[in-house]
Amino acid sequence: MKTNIVLHPGTPIKIAILAMGGQGGGVLADWIVEMAEKAGWWAQTTSVPGVAQRTGATIYYLELLPESAAHAAGKPPTLAMMPTPGDVDLVVAAELMEAGRAMQRGLVSPDRTTLITSSHRSYAVGEKAALGNGIADPNKVIDAGREAAKRLMCFDLQEMAEKAGSVISASLFGAIAGAGALPFPREAFEDTIRHGGKGADASLRAFALGFDAAATAPAAPAPIDTTRPQPDVPERAADPQVQALLEKVKAGFPPDTQGMLVAGLRRLLDYQDVEYAAEYLQKCTELHALDARHGGEANDWALTRAAAHRLAVAMSYDDVIRVADLKTRGSRFERVRQEVSARTDQLVYTTEYMHPRLEEICGTLPTALGRWLEQSRGVGGFIKRHMEKGRRVQSGTLTWFLALYALSGMRRFRRSLLRHQIETAQIRDWLERVTRLAGNGNYGLAVEVLHCRRIVKGYSGTHDRGDKRFASLMRAADQLAGRKDGADTLHKLLKAAMADEEGRQLETQLGMLIGAGASTTAPHDGASFSRQAA
Amino acid sequence: MAERSFKKEVQQLRIPAGEEFRGEGILAITKGLLQAGVGYVGGYQGSPISHLMDVLADANEILEELDIHFETSASEATAAAMLAASVMYPIRGAVTWKSTVGTNVASDALANLASGGVTGGALIIIGEDYGEGSSIMQERSHAFAMKSQMWLLDPRPNLESIVKSVEDGFELSEASNTPVMLQVRIRSCHVHGRFITKENKRPRYTLKQALENPVRDTSRIVLPPASFGHEQEKIQQRWPAAVKFIRDNKLNEFFDGDFNDIGLILQGGLYNGVIRALQLLGLADAFGNSRIPMYVMNVTYPVIDEEVVQFCEGKRAVLLLEEGQPDYIEQNLHAILRKAGVSTHLSGKDVLPMAGEYTTAAMKNGIESFLRARQPDALATHSSIAADEAGEASMAVHVGAPPAASTPRPAAVPMTFHPKVKALAEVVPARPAGFCTGCPERPIFAAMKLAQADLGQHHVSCDIGCHLFSILPPFNLGATTMGYGLGAASSSAFNVKTGKRSISVMGDGGFWHNGLTSGIGNAVFNKNDGVIIIVDNYYSSATGGQDILSSRAENADRATKNPIEHAIRGAGVKWIRTIDRTYDVAKMRDTLEEALTTTTDGPKVIIAQSECMLNKQRRIKPLFNKAVKDGKRMVKERFGVDPDVCTGDHACIRLSGCPSLSVKDSGDPLKEDPVAHVDNSCVGCGNCGEVAEAAVLCPSFYRADIIHNPSGADRFLGKLRSAVIGFLQRRRAARQTRFAL
Repeated sequence: MKTNIVLHPGTPIKIAILAMGGQGGGVLADWIVEMAEKAGWWAQTTSVPGVAQRTGATIYYLELLPESAAHAAGKPPTLAMMPTPGDVDLVVAAELMEAGRAMQRGLVSPDRTTLITSSHRSYAVGEKAALGNGIADPNKVIDAGREAAKRLMCFDLQEMAEKAGSVISASLFGAIAGAGALPFPREAFEDTIRHGGKGADASLRAFALGFDAAATAPAAPAPIDTTRPQPDVPERAADPQVQALLEKVKAGFPPDTQGMLVAGLRRLLDYQDVEYAAEYLQKCTELHALDARHGGEANDWALTRAAAHRLAVAMSYDDVIRVADLKTRGSRFERVRQEVSARTDQLVYTTEYMHPRLEEICGTLPTALGRWLEQSRGVGGFIKRHMEKGRRVQSGTLTWFLALYALSGMRRFRRSLLRHQIETAQIRDWLERVTRLAGNGNYGLAVEVLHCRRIVKGYSGTHDRGDKRFASLMRAADQLAGRKDGADTLHKLLKAAMADEEGRQLETQLGMLIGAGASTTAPHDGASFSRQAA
Repeated sequence: MAERSFKKEVQQLRIPAGEEFRGEGILAITKGLLQAGVGYVGGYQGSPISHLMDVLADANEILEELDIHFETSASEATAAAMLAASVMYPIRGAVTWKSTVGTNVASDALANLASGGVTGGALIIIGEDYGEGSSIMQERSHAFAMKSQMWLLDPRPNLESIVKSVEDGFELSEASNTPVMLQVRIRSCHVHGRFITKENKRPRYTLKQALENPVRDTSRIVLPPASFGHEQEKIQQRWPAAVKFIRDNKLNEFFDGDFNDIGLILQGGLYNGVIRALQLLGLADAFGNSRIPMYVMNVTYPVIDEEVVQFCEGKRAVLLLEEGQPDYIEQNLHAILRKAGVSTHLSGKDVLPMAGEYTTAAMKNGIESFLRARQPDALATHSSIAADEAGEASMAVHVGAPPAASTPRPAAVPMTFHPKVKALAEVVPARPAGFCTGCPERPIFAAMKLAQADLGQHHVSCDIGCHLFSILPPFNLGATTMGYGLGAASSSAFNVKTGKRSISVMGDGGFWHNGLTSGIGNAVFNKNDGVIIIVDNYYSSATGGQDILSSRAENADRATKNPIEHAIRGAGVKWIRTIDRTYDVAKMRDTLEEALTTTTDGPKVIIAQSECMLNKQRRIKPLFNKAVKDGKRMVKERFGVDPDVCTGDHACIRLSGCPSLSVKDSGDPLKEDPVAHVDNSCVGCGNCGEVAEAAVLCPSFYRADIIHNPSGADRFLGKLRSAVIGFLQRRRAARQTRFAL
């Protein structure tokens, strides 16, 4: 060995920042560099921009080393251009799933990594586009973080930033300071922001919020509560008729079904009137009796609960009257003002995007007249040609408001309108099917049949698609009667029906689980986007 | 005006000699060009060197002070041809682009340039778009250097080395009359670092002088017999001259180590990663001191035989770290050692990945297995824990509990084997890049989806640019992409009479790059019956919003506002529809359907125009806020969804995918599916409403017009309306509260 190489002490601090395009990950990285250099450190940052900047996920990587160490070594440091799995001290994620991604990449290790992540979610297109609920479980990430990281900090830094009128990079910077993850005092952080100038005050407010959250953070973050609040059962109602209904619920139904029943009553009182709500409760009472006869108690009243939920939705079908009603309410005008955070001195007008089709128009006519119009080529065609087009309804102007208000006033005639006949007929066979199935020992299947109503939703083409699929599910249910796995199979089919736009999943599942023959949906009723379907 | 402004940063280009420069790689390269006395600069934007073009554009004033001409070339071919100015005249010229794609486009001009050779230094700065963050096919620019015998520099990724290699590059080019390629990797372009500056130099010979004293020498022109002479010249004069220069000036670096009978040979660009890998093995420190000797090739082509032999002599084994494939250098080294009769064992891709990015982890593993085979005692000095399943056993005990203090540092111990981390695969969603909030291209593809729902699926040829995001969810449109501006060209085979026509998409960037001739001209000439959509969003948006011929911006240095329509009329297109508001989804769809069904022969071209929202917002936001401050009556539009009307089917999202259109819990116990929700990032482009309307989805969307500084009339009308409306609303609310439960 001729030369003897001396290895000098000094290991850089390694930081990875995971963000999405436009979240200001670059700003955050630059702040850390500026702060470190001012404090007499060598700082290097690298990034991989490119298409990632367009809403994709991207990563910034920094290394910091005291200049004193460089002087001791007699030459500048050689710092790595990219993070090495298992060799990162601080990981900052600007969104919860990005923290998950960091762990997947192996950047987080239990013996050294502080993981600071915002708990807020920015849903990926895959999650948003699902026909039902496609949102991923956030607690899986937190669970993993508790074990993969030395210290996990998780709180809503996005909300803090918004509260301060700033952006998330500022609250993240604060959290880094508050976590004591870097060897720099709070002042050093704040001076860096001030030096940035533009928007400094807002940034400092966001910084402070992030700082406090991190400084007072628990050893391990609590899981995010993803459960949906159960509707309350009030003591009493103002109106005697309503009070009567409430008492019926309390007297005639098991406690843990009452919440859903109250929610149902609320919906229908709001949708139509007391009589209609009473009708609903009457049906529920019958179904509850059915439930009791066929071992409902043992199944902790699954059928009653399903009925209370699905029937209320079915009976409050979305028609033109309903839409007009919801759009013209004072509470709605207020909500819009809040949503666009309008100041009191500002005026806000809304424009609705409506597209009435012949079906809707007929639906809003008295049964006989509606039927006639549906049949009549001439007039129907005329209306199709001249009425069926997009309408921009300015619901804040007197003319349009009064029109909508009048339309919503048609509520009182609703029972006599064509749409109501169609809907009630559907509900009738649906409930008959439930009664029949439950009656001959298919309790589980009956419950699933009730839940199948879930896919009947939306308007126009979307609603048509839902109707078609509901129909084929009902046919499937009849074929499944008597089968042991009937309930599970129908449940699978419902999932499949909500899996994709075109209904391919449902097709294949029907084929697999019930045998071809049964496949009755048109292969691509996804044409619900097209004008034909509309 | 580009997406990112460097107006502030470029002031660093003025800092006097001997002072410390701190900043980004691209800025350092620019400073290097000025220090080298460059006479002219050109190029074409594209990640990772988009920002280099932006820096140069923002530095134009400084460049002019130094008599340096800068232009934004129409394409990489144009940029390469621009270097012709250095053939006859002793002017230093530099061009830059994204590689390999840009080099593909440029290679015709490059081959001619390399054949005739250069007098003034010609430097080609290529942003090697390889590995993580890359947006193109994974290839090496190395092959271009070899085929045309241009020299390829791959400096160590620190600003000092990069700037030095800019200067070295020019001198090497002049010493060997050969164009030189300077390769910078993605991360090097954006690395923040420091170096000590030198004086900026004016070009010693200017373009003005050249034009005033023209020179010609037919022996430099690629035409027989000269072309045959050029080949001989390359081998007999230029190559030896280059080798001599590289050796005399020590462009490649030798680093000592105390394990003298083994060594590492590496591309300069990999240096920092190799040092980190050695550090993790306990064989180097954070300052580049390594216990294993290294030969760092800052020049990766040509390979200097003498240096390789010199390094290998007396060594039992060496390991070559060469990123990417084919393994050109490894093959070359084998030949050199064999010819020189050197028996040193050469390892390379036998222990390192044949293909793919050389990450620190990959190189650590490669070096480790090389040492295990050739110098096990080197590893004994420091036990490290492998970054793989093997680590599982050793780490399993630590899971949950803090690891035993005995674990040596530094050591990379990824937790990817942990069951809960593995389980993340099911929850962590993919985040494909997509259209920005309010992007005007979104409605074009929504319309295409609707048109296909009416007229059936069609073959769609895509192009390079933001619009290529159409191939991703939620649109899932497009079959192929053959290169920049080649969208229409890639449909040219489908030129047969049948019920369906091909649809091609092309951006304005690609159109001016070559699409006008390769796509439109070709379609007209060959009587192609297909439909071509030209997306005109006023900028070269995907590369960062640079101006192009058809941009609407006022640009002091460039001639903008040249309509695409004029160009294609001139090229002979008969059927043209220009849509000046792409957000009109229904019109977009109807026009597309007309194009697909019309009986007119020849190409049907639809020019879909609306300003790139990213750039538009940057442009108008300040103006709007100022107007509001000045008390002017201004109306801000944004969209919203009524949660009680929305039923949570998300069809709107499947037709839009706008980042500001998201979902949230309905808050209604009867509605378990989340409802659509428009967040505050909405810019009020109107796409969601238009889509809901055109696709007849649902009435839950609304547009809210927020009137800032309302006029007297506004306020009067507002009072009147709220009086009437408020009365009726209160009446209905009363009924609701009466029956409330």
